[in-house]
Amino acid sequence: MNRYLGVIASSILFGLGLAMSSMIDPARVIGFLDVAGHWDPTLAFVMGGAVLVGLPLFPLVLRRERPLLEPRFRLPATTAIDRRLIAGAAIFGIGWGMVGICPGPGFAGLVSGVPLIALFVVAMLAGMGVYRVLHRQ
Amino acid sequence: MNFNLYEYLPALAGGILIGLASVLLLWSNGRIAGISGISGGLFGAPSGERLWRLLFVAGLMLGALLWIALSGHPLKIEPQAGVGLTLLGGLLVGYGTRLGNGCTSGHGVCGLSRRSPRSLAAVLIFMFCAGVTVFVIRHVLGVSP
Repeated sequence: MNRYLGVIASSILFGLGLAMSSMIDPARVIGFLDVAGHWDPTLAFVMGGAVLVGLPLFPLVLRRERPLLEPRFRLPATTAIDRRLIAGAAIFGIGWGMVGICPGPGFAGLVSGVPLIALFVVAMLAGMGVYRVLHRQ
Repeated sequence: MNFNLYEYLPALAGGILIGLASVLLLWSNGRIAGISGISGGLFGAPSGERLWRLLFVAGLMLGALLWIALSGHPLKIEPQAGVGLTLLGGLLVGYGTRLGNGCTSGHGVCGLSRRSPRSLAAVLIFMFCAGVTVFVIRHVLGVSP
């Protein structure tokens, strides 16, 4: 049980931040991505604010021997900028540009009851399923 | 260009909360708060790896509900794509984030905070591709919501 306290607190804070920042609204996201239209820069402050906090605090946390509630840190082992990364990021970017929703805002936005958000989440989970089938590890 | 003090302060505050949430998950559980990685692992992960992922996704929704309660307003969500584009976009987001091992949170927030060159490359690529896609849809094809 104890192990899950950090997960619960972090995810609620994360969802609160997504909703507060309006990252959850596809109109704001597309407005940010539409540099040739009426460009809306506010979402740069969302990632800017998050990285502003993360840049000094991530190294501080990683200096510890282990996390509070689990035996070890689990960090990505891959560092290569390979074709998989490039293709994956490009495909994600194209999909993000089409709808203006990325995974976090998709899940958090479900509580709005807007049917297109639910449709997006179902399609996204299906896309993850397609990946699993095609690249069965 | 539309720059509004009233709108960028909540964006900054929300971003800081997202950053703190990511730091908290790393500090407490040693894990990267990457939403595509967390949700993608819901299927096929060993059973001991499944509950925390489910809780995280549920917590995201609780957090949004908390904001509705605190602000006293419903969430402002204006979809920008119809059914077909939403389906296609969702498929690409799901597939692409798994292939590239991350999205706006995993590569964007956590990867940049870890000073990972791989994540920086991913962020530049997905931002660029998203910008080009919006440009093509809005200004070449002339589709507006």
